[in-house]
Amino acid sequence: MSKKTIFKPSRRDVLKYSAAGAAATVLSTPFVHRTWAQTTEINMLAWYGHGEADIVGAYEEANNVKFKPKYYAGGDNMLALIAQSPPGTYDVILSDGEFVQQLNAAGYIDELNPADYNFDDMLHEDFTNFPGHWAAGKLHSVMVRCGHLGVSYNTNAVSAEEAASYACFWKPEIQGKVGHFDWHLPSLGMMSLKNGNGAGLWDLDDAAWNAVQETTMSLRSQVGGFFDYGGTFNSLKNGEMQAMCGIGDWITGVLEKDGAPVASVVPKEGGIQWTESYCIGKGSDKADQVKHFIQYMTSPEGQVKSAQMAAYPGFAITKGGRKLLNEVDPKEAQRTGQVDGMANDPITLIKEGRIHYRDIPQQQSLEDWNDFWSEYKNA
Amino acid sequence: MNTQKKSTQKKRRFNLYAMVWRTPIIVWQLLFFVGPLLFMIAMSFFLVKNYRMIEAFEMKNWIKMFSKNYFWDSYYLTFGLASLSTIIATVIAFPASFALAFKVSDNVRRWVIFLLIIPFFTSYLVRIFSWYVILAESGVINAMLSYVGLGPYTMLNTMFGTLVGYMTLCLPLVVILQTFSLANVDKNLIQAAKNLGCSPIKTIYSVIIPLAKTGLIVAALFCFILSFGDFVSPYYLGGSKPPTLPILIIDTTKSGQQWPRAAVVAVVMMATLITIAFAALALAYKKRASR
Repeated sequence: MSKKTIFKPSRRDVLKYSAAGAAATVLSTPFVHRTWAQTTEINMLAWYGHGEADIVGAYEEANNVKFKPKYYAGGDNMLALIAQSPPGTYDVILSDGEFVQQLNAAGYIDELNPADYNFDDMLHEDFTNFPGHWAAGKLHSVMVRCGHLGVSYNTNAVSAEEAASYACFWKPEIQGKVGHFDWHLPSLGMMSLKNGNGAGLWDLDDAAWNAVQETTMSLRSQVGGFFDYGGTFNSLKNGEMQAMCGIGDWITGVLEKDGAPVASVVPKEGGIQWTESYCIGKGSDKADQVKHFIQYMTSPEGQVKSAQMAAYPGFAITKGGRKLLNEVDPKEAQRTGQVDGMANDPITLIKEGRIHYRDIPQQQSLEDWNDFWSEYKNA
Repeated sequence: MNTQKKSTQKKRRFNLYAMVWRTPIIVWQLLFFVGPLLFMIAMSFFLVKNYRMIEAFEMKNWIKMFSKNYFWDSYYLTFGLASLSTIIATVIAFPASFALAFKVSDNVRRWVIFLLIIPFFTSYLVRIFSWYVILAESGVINAMLSYVGLGPYTMLNTMFGTLVGYMTLCLPLVVILQTFSLANVDKNLIQAAKNLGCSPIKTIYSVIIPLAKTGLIVAALFCFILSFGDFVSPYYLGGSKPPTLPILIIDTTKSGQQWPRAAVVAVVMMATLITIAFAALALAYKKRASR
């Protein structure tokens, strides 16, 4: 082609190159547009419900993110899922409080900057300095919710007075109607409290551990079954089980709101607190987004969503969260005692020493407890 | 010599042809049965540290599981329940299969078999959950019984509940297999027995059952295998009380992620099923001694 042709294109050339240019523009525009609209996926490892629309829906919409949850049941299950996945698989990890130290020891979570989180708003100083969340002065996890485990019962079969003690599980009238949530830790913890171990419920010497096993075995004839999450709901709802060991309001609260005659109380021997905390997964390339999400979940709005979670309710742990909950859902606040001055205010119960944080056994291994649990189920 | 060469070539072509048809199933079995089975056996010797499996060759897992009473309790329970399920399914299915094979028209047989296949279109777990509504103390059966002054009876979270689940899983299949087996019995032989003065009952156990023996045993074997390995029924309808071997596998992996120990349980289950299968098939294909 001569220079003359390039600088003086023919009509055909003009049409040809204009069409090509227009086509290129039209074809590239959708890609540019799609880049602008691209949603950030955040991989979450959590207990069931934390990735559902009622918790994260509003946040997803406001921040153009999409949570991809992987659910587990039990701290051991969580640790195993992380151990078997490449680093960076999970961006945000919701851990039971007592397992954070193991996550940290194994190098699965990132260090956090305390200045990023409003610890001044926590309802109790323990929530800021929760055992295991700090290591060598460095923060690794932020507590976002908690709940209390105790005696869960059918109010038509067990009276409130009877439910004030774990001894109600041995009530002859409910033989074969006592269920267990199929996880050794909370059930054996309750048996330890029944034996009067109090604050030392997880730190059992051989004699105390043998005593816990004996007490547990004595309950076996009362037991109607061992249930997973769904089975626990079903058996309490349809009345097959009249009392359930190893759970609390996180199950009965959902059923109670549906009108089922069930309730949970912290008995006189004491209750166990389950605690859930958020961590940033080591190797995640979305640490900033996760930090922002954790800030949201500890904000009043996030705390109310957490307290009202459809899968299982929990307590708001911040002053702002509790205040907003009382404004937007006073009925739920009353039901769960999250009102300053109420007798069953969870913060009051903690301050009175009636609540013991769930932990892993100190002098036995988890394997020992699980072995005994298998023997108990087979007895 | 040319004839011999041609014969060898013809034989080679014939073998190649057969291998072409055999190869896919052999590869499939190697990839999806033998391979995983060998890996599972190897895994039973691994160790677990910090929730991660470490390749090793240690007998620790075998010694640990075999020394536990709860392992043997679960084993005998699982074997017993599967055996009971097999007997019950075989006995319940036989009258239905007999009627389908000999007493109803071809059209009715086709429709009934279609209806027996339909449950397999739905999720087994959903079908098991639906039993909650029927078997619960406040469920359909107890409600009906209450009208005649009976009950309530506890059916959920019992071995009865587990067996109901096993029947849900196995009974349609057992009926279908028995029906096909009985339908293939030569009707002339049945007629001959009648002509020779054999009563109906004697005809069944002297003529029909021996002739349909292979199919009846295979049907029973399927029921045993499915029941032995089922997790859903003993967990959701039996209340995991006490746990069967499949539940023990889940329990073992849940705490400490002890996959190698779960592999021990799985290998024992496989060995049991393979033994039972071989024994059943040997019995099924055993020829009657001529008189």
